[in-house]
Amino acid sequence: MPEEGPYVGRPIERLEDAALLTGRGRYADDLPVRPDTLHAAILRSPHPHADILAIDTSAALKLPGVAAVITREEVTKLSSRFVVGVKQALDCWALAVDRVRYVGEPIAVVLAEDRYVAEDALERIAVEYRPLAAVVDPRAAASAESPRLFPAVGSNVVSERTFVYGEPDGQFAAAERTVALTVDYPRNSCTPIEGYVVVADYNPADGVYDVLANFQGPFSLHPVMARALNVPGNRLRLRTPPDSGGSFGVKQGVFPYVVLMAVASRVAGRPVKWVEDRLEHLVGSVSATNRVIRIEAAVAADGVVKAMRWDQMEDCGAYLRAPEPATLYRMHGNLTGAYAIRHLAVKNRVVVTNKLPTGLNRGFGGPQVYFALERLMQRIAVELRLDPLEVIRRNLVPHHAFPHRAPAGALLDSGDYQTAVARAVEEGGLDALRKKREALRAEGRCYGIGFAAIVEPSVSNMGYITTVMTPGERRKAGPKNGAHATATVAIDPLGGVTVHAASTPQGQGHRTVLSQVVADVFGLKPEEIRVNLELDTQKDAWSIASGNYSSRFAPAVAGTAYLAAQRLRERLARIAAQQLNVRPEDIEFADGKIFARGNPDNAASFSRIAGTSHWAPGTLPSGMAPALRDTVFWTPPQLEAPSEADEINSSAAYGFIFDFCGVEIDRDTGTIRIDKYVTMHDAGRILNPRLVDGQIRGGFAQGVGAALYEKLAYGDDGAFLSGTFADYLVPTACEVPDPVILHMETPSPFTPLGAKGVGEGNNMSTPVCLANAVADALGVAEIALPLTKSRVAALIQGEERAPAPRARGLQR
Amino acid sequence: MKPASFDYLRPETLDEALAALGELGGDARVLAGGQSLMPMLNMRLVQPQLLVDIGRLAGLAEVRLVDGRLMVGAAVTQAQLATRPTLAAEAPLLAAALPWVGHYQTRNRGTICGSIAHADPSAELPLCLLALGGDVVLRSASGRRIVSGDDFLLGVLSTDRRDDELVEAVRFPLRQGGAGIAFREVAQRHGDFAIVACAAIVRPAHIRLAIGGVAGRPMVREWPSDLGDDSLDDALNAFAWELGAVDDLHASARYRRELVRRMGRRTIEEARQCRG
Repeated sequence: MPEEGPYVGRPIERLEDAALLTGRGRYADDLPVRPDTLHAAILRSPHPHADILAIDTSAALKLPGVAAVITREEVTKLSSRFVVGVKQALDCWALAVDRVRYVGEPIAVVLAEDRYVAEDALERIAVEYRPLAAVVDPRAAASAESPRLFPAVGSNVVSERTFVYGEPDGQFAAAERTVALTVDYPRNSCTPIEGYVVVADYNPADGVYDVLANFQGPFSLHPVMARALNVPGNRLRLRTPPDSGGSFGVKQGVFPYVVLMAVASRVAGRPVKWVEDRLEHLVGSVSATNRVIRIEAAVAADGVVKAMRWDQMEDCGAYLRAPEPATLYRMHGNLTGAYAIRHLAVKNRVVVTNKLPTGLNRGFGGPQVYFALERLMQRIAVELRLDPLEVIRRNLVPHHAFPHRAPAGALLDSGDYQTAVARAVEEGGLDALRKKREALRAEGRCYGIGFAAIVEPSVSNMGYITTVMTPGERRKAGPKNGAHATATVAIDPLGGVTVHAASTPQGQGHRTVLSQVVADVFGLKPEEIRVNLELDTQKDAWSIASGNYSSRFAPAVAGTAYLAAQRLRERLARIAAQQLNVRPEDIEFADGKIFARGNPDNAASFSRIAGTSHWAPGTLPSGMAPALRDTVFWTPPQLEAPSEADEINSSAAYGFIFDFCGVEIDRDTGTIRIDKYVTMHDAGRILNPRLVDGQIRGGFAQGVGAALYEKLAYGDDGAFLSGTFADYLVPTACEVPDPVILHMETPSPFTPLGAKGVGEGNNMSTPVCLANAVADALGVAEIALPLTKSRVAALIQGEERAPAPRARGLQR
Repeated sequence: MKPASFDYLRPETLDEALAALGELGGDARVLAGGQSLMPMLNMRLVQPQLLVDIGRLAGLAEVRLVDGRLMVGAAVTQAQLATRPTLAAEAPLLAAALPWVGHYQTRNRGTICGSIAHADPSAELPLCLLALGGDVVLRSASGRRIVSGDDFLLGVLSTDRRDDELVEAVRFPLRQGGAGIAFREVAQRHGDFAIVACAAIVRPAHIRLAIGGVAGRPMVREWPSDLGDDSLDDALNAFAWELGAVDDLHASARYRRELVRRMGRRTIEEARQCRG
């Protein structure tokens, strides 16, 4: 790990903001398109489940300004089914072919001179449906009597696997106590302010699809898209815009629309632009999975957990779109959380239902897992009459055990969980909060304290998803593992340094951090470094692991940029050593100069040395490669493929979070007031504390949303009920209190800069921490999210008063 | 989310506006602040031939005191009324309720009359109109008529306004001495449509309670002000059941009834205190 530099670790301001705050952002919808570009509008299914008998587009085509209408006919002719992560033949195309399986599923695309006309034409397309019974609840979908989404598959359970690590059965048989809990984690979504944008242009002359999309990765979906378009990877040129209006994972879900608009542009022979609107986004983008989990612990009388059993039923909606069922397996290696539990049994089922297909959403699998795990820890405390914090403490991985191999395979890289908890308790003022609870309860008020201790995984192993296959199936398919990050550092003839990385940022400030990292390597200032993070798959370095997901930027991408800069620095040091007559190891870089250690007057400007490889390659030390440009690919060797015993180190780094909070509940209205929220993070080395705190605040706000407000609701008949932001409630500034943020830094030994991911933690910890506080306040075991006022009131208010035959007040 | 095509008229005079409404009737829509109409247009829930934008009709943007009433013109924004320095003395219930209407930003556009003409059962302003016993001034090319709020609000998004009429103004009675008022609301988030909203006016002789968000329009009950605690609870319970609450996405029927009983009680007590 590098020594501390002048900029890494400092809260410098974001380089991105000057442009964004003065209206000079360049978002996908802002970028110029060819004058003959057509605008697309999508006809979507009003039915949750129906056979499509006929589609009549003739009236739409007659409308002036309409150029083409794309339906299943063109899509099946010009593209293929998407590949799916499980063995079953789940027929999934860029739009509905024989059947619609969720409300909002695309059926046709109108291409017109403008979006208004395109939407007018949508009303003129006649679709004849034969409605089918729909199924919404995953338990119902898994039953033998359920309507089947894919009759050829025979069951809505499209994947089932069981795993045993250690000897859980023996532990349960011998256990002093067992504690069990069933939770039903709801559907929600992170709803970025910018919707999907695709501009697709097919060039028949060379058979290339050129697509601009605000896609965020993972670029493992590039081969999925190329195969669906029936072209080699080098015939799908995918470009991303300079700025993003947010993603939180959700922009991954643009990929079926990339294929759809690519086909549309081929049919029309003109470029096609589609901008998803807010109504489309809620009904038809991508959602997190809802999941039913039964979790059970074998526990000693002192609260030490000896073994755990998980039974997870994952609802991926109507189709298993790549990379699903990744949400279910992302946390697989670390299902034992922050705890030193040695025996584990897991049963995983993946179910399809008549709802929007799922995909990346910030937290990705973590909110579901920790809601079950940390509710269970709270229940253990209640049932064994122990202090919940004590139960957490007794089970934490001890600080001397790192790196710690969890039973399902996670290699927890570093940490000191006990110290983090102790510091949070002290600095966050837990004692005072407990006294407050006591005092308020004595007054008859309703107050509770909740806890959550979690590990936050980052840098996903591209092989973890293959844990869904049996070892035998994996042997046939060949091993998958690793997580290649890439960065390029280049030097121009005037000594200017430019950085490119395949990180497709979605607003986090990647350019700022990369400028800090590279500035420190070269002894320059961050504002002197140019960082360009647009990605063009035909010109830039990338791999299937590229993109913005699994909190991989700080640990993987920033570290890789450091390695690339370091390689150039080593060469620059050799050039400087020759010019300054000292040994390369005695060369230092600072303040725009390169100089001899101990003799700063023996110096040359950075730009002079840096320009040498351009201007005078003949003067370079013999045999040396020029110091012009270096691209590094880095993957952590710890990210191995799943073992024969299904052990999987699903992520490269594991941060630690300990949260506690106090909430007060109004008994009359069920309103939850978050009185205090403390969140302690150990995300390894912090590269920019200002940006880290921004990540924590954003994740916290979304965690509050998931806990109290947000649910993508469907009626029992499959109708979609959350179609606008008046129905799908996202917390605003009024609803999100200011959390107390605390930090610890235990560097990761496995990442180049010692950094770990920090982007998703509070999405995982906050919902359950708040739920635990409500459980504590009300003394109830069954807590379902979101904790709306109506639902909380129902937990408090006993039997309802009956309607009196005739109230006296009305007999005037 | 693009509207179907429509014509747009921004008349210079009220007569011009009324003539257009007279000619097109239900095929025309009046645009004031647009806080409900624009989303409905964009979602194609309404597809009028013509929008009549009354925002520039100078005479409609005034708040006046007429015959012991506060007369609020059709183009007066919610922000304009909320920031009127004398409002708390003239109509303290409106002063208490306006901060609950949408958000700061939407109040800069949204109008008082527009909210009442839209007649959303959860909206605060129709609730205030009924609680205060105000009325609505309707204007058409053939003349003017005045309808009590109670007769104007028919049900969910439904009013007594004829297609050729414009809500020219609404009139709220000024505060009477000895009256105490209170307003309370529970919504999922601040600024959302109310799950239940309560307005209470306590006068020497009687208690008046208006409830929004439960029935198809706000509903009002009056009880003698010397009603004892138990009787008041009985009365609130009866009112809660009479409103015919139903389950929806955000709240159960039972929760709404519970709020009528509990928050209704709190609101009345607050109004009593502010009277004393």
